[in-house]
Amino acid sequence: MASHQLNPNIWVDQYADYLFNYAVTRVSDAEIAKDLVQETFFAGLKSAKNYKGDAAERTWLIAILKRKVIDHYRKINSKKGKAEVRMNYNSNSESEGDWLEEQVADPYSSMNDNILENEELGQAIQQCITKLPKKQSQVFVMKTIQGIDTEDICNELGINPSNLWVMIHRARTALMDCLNKNWF
Amino acid sequence: MISCDKAAVICNKAQYNEASLIEKIKLNFHLFVCKACSKHSKKNAELTSLCNKANLHILSDNDKLVMKNKLEGKK
Repeated sequence: MASHQLNPNIWVDQYADYLFNYAVTRVSDAEIAKDLVQETFFAGLKSAKNYKGDAAERTWLIAILKRKVIDHYRKINSKKGKAEVRMNYNSNSESEGDWLEEQVADPYSSMNDNILENEELGQAIQQCITKLPKKQSQVFVMKTIQGIDTEDICNELGINPSNLWVMIHRARTALMDCLNKNWF
Repeated sequence: MISCDKAAVICNKAQYNEASLIEKIKLNFHLFVCKACSKHSKKNAELTSLCNKANLHILSDNDKLVMKNKLEGKK
């Protein structure tokens, strides 16, 4: 099964966004997430000799990142009092005696974002983007995720708008195929 | 009547709100007559909504460069 090999030189290009996306949905702070990804790469490099090759490189890195996220939460909760869960029915004296039902969350507010599902969706999309040819994924990411103007992208990459739309079209078609296989 | 290729380009532009009114009218007329394109257009819109829902994040090139250099230093 030892068919996979580590190649740290391509880590940042290949997996940084994927790992970052994973981390940022879990710690919800871009700076911390960035540090976690960086630490993951360091840890990967350090224990590269322990890599048995039975999982793909990305799976292996995600496993390390997972531990890093857990460590992060352990660290910020290390003071005992913080880890304690305090339940308090009604701290506000004004609303004393009011019914509990009045405090439940509005059921419609959570309709829009099924957080868990969206996280997985993000992973799936990110995974599909990494499979695209370099140029296409670059254009697609700039346009869709970073939301840069068409004109600015054309200037930066030295292409004309119709070129750009062709690339977007190919990227979107490939993504639809990929998501069809992996998501639906 | 516009070609399917042209319709696809306008359809993609529309995903980023960059299609003009005339283009949109042309597109809608095309979608009305062309089954294949209307199917494609539906899926395209779905992809857009998925991308919005997923709330994707990425690192800037600068951040990646810093990461690369740090990683290089550790080797």
